[in-house]
Amino acid sequence: MYSFNYVFTIIISSGFVVWLSKVFPLVILKKYKLNEKTVSFLSFVPITIMSALWFESLFVQHLGQLPSLNIENLVASVPTILSAILTRSLLVIVVVGIISLAFIRVIGI
Amino acid sequence: MDDQLTRKRAIIETMPTVLGYVGIGITVGIVGRASGLTVLEVLLMSMITYGGSVQFVIISMIIKHSELLPIILATFLVNARMILISMSVAPYLEKESVFKNILLGSLLTDETYVLSMNKINYTKKRLNFEWLNISNLIAYFTWAIASLTGALIGDYVGTPQKFGLDFALVAMFIGLLYLQIISEREIKMMLQLLVVLFTLLAIYIGLIFIPANILILLVTILGCFFGVIMKNVFF
Repeated sequence: MYSFNYVFTIIISSGFVVWLSKVFPLVILKKYKLNEKTVSFLSFVPITIMSALWFESLFVQHLGQLPSLNIENLVASVPTILSAILTRSLLVIVVVGIISLAFIRVIGI
Repeated sequence: MDDQLTRKRAIIETMPTVLGYVGIGITVGIVGRASGLTVLEVLLMSMITYGGSVQFVIISMIIKHSELLPIILATFLVNARMILISMSVAPYLEKESVFKNILLGSLLTDETYVLSMNKINYTKKRLNFEWLNISNLIAYFTWAIASLTGALIGDYVGTPQKFGLDFALVAMFIGLLYLQIISEREIKMMLQLLVVLFTLLAIYIGLIFIPANILILLVTILGCFFGVIMKNVFF
């Protein structure tokens, strides 16, 4: 157990930092227009963020050495991608993903 | 998805993504309890900090009785991608009032952001307060209830990993990435695939010497630069 004050101070200050990084750009950009180059740059944010979050889950980090493969997540990605191509339904994709990983853990790949 | 930006469509279109973070929310609750936080502290962290992965980082630093400043710095670095996300969504919310922008920004997450970027491919690049706000609210309360549930049941169940729930979020990103690539019309598909490939390479190399939490931000910036350069040179 930690003192409530210690934890609560952390919650409030980290919350403020998170809040500021989300709200500040929105408020500022209401005043200033982004130039064309920046808009073009930002148009790549969705695919890079999604790819980065996915690919990061496919590896296990060993700082100072090459990362190793996270076999479970890599194998579970295959039926997930297939279900995306076949159904284009987010619900189906997520459910297939969950079942795939649970199945892989049960049979122990 | 369709071109309607109504509350009803927001509910229907956000529901599938909820599965993606219920598992992580429960996990944050269980991990928080196991690390010595009270149920109230777990809930407050989810409702006030509301940072997803950053909450795991904060909890791991609380265990080490870290000072406040390093925690704030880590929070900023892990969450700095939200600055990019917020900048990227800003042009679509320009016509909404400052107050509504603040409200939308406060509850914006990776998940509702990528969902809205998918949505605009069907709405001729339009987005509005009603749709995004409902999507945000669903995500917010799901997260709060899931972490509360995790904190309450944490003493009785082990890790939720054995149910495969930890892959839900990854599956959601795979799905949204695929849907984004096939529906995005401004950027050629070949260029998008190149950027995805570049991201894979950058993640692999980056993992050698940069902690994964911060690497996401760096790779996002690099990936966008790569995309812009390729677009100007070859496309």
